[in-house]
Amino acid sequence: MADEKKLCLSTSGLTKVFGFGRQKTVAVDHVDIHFYEGEVASIVGESGSGKTTLAKMLLGLINPTEGEVYFQGKKRDISSQKKKKEYWKNIQAIFQDPYSSYNIFRNIDTVLLDCIHMRGGRHLPHAKKVEMMAEACGFVNLKFEELTRKYPFELSGGQMQRLMIARVFLLKPKILLADEPTSMIDACSRATILEMLMQLRKEIGMTVIFITHDIGLAYYVSDTVHIMEHGKFVESGSADEVILHPKEAYTQRLISDVPKIYEEWDLSTV
Amino acid sequence: MSNAILEVRERTTKKNVILEVGELTTKWVTRFKEDICAVDHVSLKVEEGKSLGIAGESGCGKSTLALSLMGYYFPPLHYMSGEITIAGRNISRMDPDEVRKSILGKEIAYIPQSAMNALNPTQKIIHFIEDVLQAHDLYVTKKDIYERARTLFETLGLPAEVLQKYPVELSGGMKQRTVIAVSVLLLPQVLIADEPSSALDVTSQKMVIKMLRQLMEVGFISSLIFITHELPLLYNVTDDIMVMYAGQIVEKGTAKQVVFDPFHPYAKGLMGSIIVPEQGQRDVKLTAIPGVPPNLKNPPTGCRFAERCKYVWPECRTHSIDLREIGGGRAYRCIFSEEQLREFYKNG
Repeated sequence: MADEKKLCLSTSGLTKVFGFGRQKTVAVDHVDIHFYEGEVASIVGESGSGKTTLAKMLLGLINPTEGEVYFQGKKRDISSQKKKKEYWKNIQAIFQDPYSSYNIFRNIDTVLLDCIHMRGGRHLPHAKKVEMMAEACGFVNLKFEELTRKYPFELSGGQMQRLMIARVFLLKPKILLADEPTSMIDACSRATILEMLMQLRKEIGMTVIFITHDIGLAYYVSDTVHIMEHGKFVESGSADEVILHPKEAYTQRLISDVPKIYEEWDLSTV
Repeated sequence: MSNAILEVRERTTKKNVILEVGELTTKWVTRFKEDICAVDHVSLKVEEGKSLGIAGESGCGKSTLALSLMGYYFPPLHYMSGEITIAGRNISRMDPDEVRKSILGKEIAYIPQSAMNALNPTQKIIHFIEDVLQAHDLYVTKKDIYERARTLFETLGLPAEVLQKYPVELSGGMKQRTVIAVSVLLLPQVLIADEPSSALDVTSQKMVIKMLRQLMEVGFISSLIFITHELPLLYNVTDDIMVMYAGQIVEKGTAKQVVFDPFHPYAKGLMGSIIVPEQGQRDVKLTAIPGVPPNLKNPPTGCRFAERCKYVWPECRTHSIDLREIGGGRAYRCIFSEEQLREFYKNG
């Protein structure tokens, strides 16, 4: 990576508080995090550590209680629906559950056409649009001829998740936020999905933010790893540093809890 | 009954076979009267004090196998052929209602997927335990039940206060461990755990695994069958691993053999998709298996993996392939010999 890393997305003092009074829960607690252009960063934490809340704030789906998000050095402005849509051209997401990521009333053609339209391809001739859609489907090993006029529920989970990647391929965003993209998929299709994501990243040079609780996965795909505990980041650094030589007690415990193959897995520490 | 609170079974040094399944075939019948053979001529043996892991991708018949070897044949699941012997008793042709009464819970216990979400939110855990005992005609006093449950929970390192709580008051990991504890209440011979840790985070997962090991050590259960698609976990929990593909066993062996030296191309592909956070694992190239498993409504005549196999031969598609036993409990289902397969993998 170049010495001059260009800041892509960053936050300052980002906080989200749910509830108030005695029921107050601080889900994300004054988080300052920086994502650089072209890197793959992972946010790792246990359930309830605030990973998804952070992701939703980065996407602009929920408003932060406090703090700001900066996109490419400038303060993000999503005050109107139009500005929000403009922002979403730059940042896209793949969620954990592919079954709930689609509108069930809209067929696959319209899902993909929307992406082309969002990139300003509304005026293109239909044949060109079909060609683009077929290319995107081909990229994720799906056959467009088989998918056309089908509805999302007619696909399997793995196919849906791949179609999600095809959407990203058409949209070519600057940032992709992947929130547990492989946790509902079994191990051998997981490899396919990861490979596609990495290839796509190479092709369009985007920043990928992986949110996961799977430490093995985070170690495998990412350049930087951020460990999150109770809404705060406890440790950040390069993947080798954090996963192989963790400094914080929390990180050490987390990593010792992952089943190992080549080393002895110590069960007595629970 | 009251005196027999948690009588722990004596562990014999002899390697008794607790569960033996021979050529078991079962089918699902859909509402269009189509037969789906999700378990196809499966044979397995579980010895006392041993654990068996079943791996495979979703839809390969892992959970159906679990239901089948309990004799739980309620429509649409139907028994076709084969023998199931548990602790010397053949249950393959037993009436399912009879199985439910005298086998389930007592001889063989089953923890289905996401069992922890099935706890009744309006009842305390102790009430749930009372229900279990009453369903098995064990009419004992409430005090006895409480004593028994408390001893069980304390032996397993669970706080006894859990008994007086409602499921919503417990965390996911605690709920799962409670469900496991309740499943061994009647001291079954075999415990079948189907994805017991898939919805939990790593720390709770480790607690669940530790508890399963403890169950065997203490002697609450004699053998464990563990079903999951997470191979690093399986490797750490079980002695033997069996890989299933499209309703058939494709590879069988000890955990070490199957993980580090698999023969069947599908097993090889599965092992190539393992990711663990250990030194040097970043540079390992993941192998993906292209394609999808065959539809079991009309399975292919030859090898079921042929469509997705890198090393496919024309014979693979026409000849049905038998499970090849190669000694020491090791078996695989492929047309090629061990040497040929090793040669393939060496050359990539």
